[in-house]
Amino acid sequence: MRVGVITFPGSLDDRDAQRAVRVAGATPVALWHGDHDLQGVDAVILPGGFSYGDYLRAGAIASHAPIMAEVIDAANKGVPVLGICNGFQMLAEARLVPGAHTRNAHQQFIRRDQKLRVENASTAWTNEYSTGAEIIIPLKNADGRYVADAETIARVEGEGQVVFRYVDINPNGSMNDIAGVSNSAGNVVGLMPHPEHAVEEGFGPDTAAAMASGTDGLGFFTSVIRSFVTA
Amino acid sequence: MPTIVVEIMPKAELLDPQGKAVGGALARLGKSQFSSVRIGKRFEVVVDGTVDASTIAEIRELAEDMFSNSVIEDVVEITVDGVAVEAVSA
Repeated sequence: MRVGVITFPGSLDDRDAQRAVRVAGATPVALWHGDHDLQGVDAVILPGGFSYGDYLRAGAIASHAPIMAEVIDAANKGVPVLGICNGFQMLAEARLVPGAHTRNAHQQFIRRDQKLRVENASTAWTNEYSTGAEIIIPLKNADGRYVADAETIARVEGEGQVVFRYVDINPNGSMNDIAGVSNSAGNVVGLMPHPEHAVEEGFGPDTAAAMASGTDGLGFFTSVIRSFVTA
Repeated sequence: MPTIVVEIMPKAELLDPQGKAVGGALARLGKSQFSSVRIGKRFEVVVDGTVDASTIAEIRELAEDMFSNSVIEDVVEITVDGVAVEAVSA
């Protein structure tokens, strides 16, 4: 299976996402924002970072990048798309997932190992988890406060489109503690925390067992492989 | 060359952390008569050529779909060389 990772001007975590894909057992394909070509990949990741310096709104300018025309087309055809942090902001700006992001309610950048609850384990990116499972992966953002109007919040809650929820601490003031959402079909998922930074022992969050041994993020990448194999 | 100005504000019902921070600073400066601050954006767009109805339609579409995000912001005013354009959604 080939998973594309798109690099935008200001992407930071594209290499980490490629590595996570490789660790999970698939082949990462580096894609470029300025191309109109997904190179026939089976899934797409929009990585974290600060594309265009967060100018205008985080993810806003990147959501109009040339390759986003192909991403939107592929997403609407059911190709799995994962947006991580800045990638989640791009998905929201491109209207591929509901809602939007504003500056963190406490006005500061935050970085912490964040506990999440998996609220929907039937998406292309979460099928290796069980619903209700709690995972810890790194979070790092300035504009991470998920907002939407009351009607949209009621709809995403009612339709099972809330995929992840913050547990113990809401790190940015997101409505309903929402950390990640999907489109209605479940092939497009966006979240603020970073699963790609928790896929390999020695480089993940600390756990009770050992320092930096957390690999709770690996399931995102094994999930998409499974969704491809069983599709 | 004509200049089109687009002004955008965060939706009234949403927290504006930036405005809140400035409001807090004003209070610390003893300017507490200025009780609330909200911060928006102003875009000055220079047009190469003349402004006609289709230019206005195009800038309105850009204002609503790119300059602003309707989930969190409203386009509050569009002016052409200082003259307000009618029927701007807010």
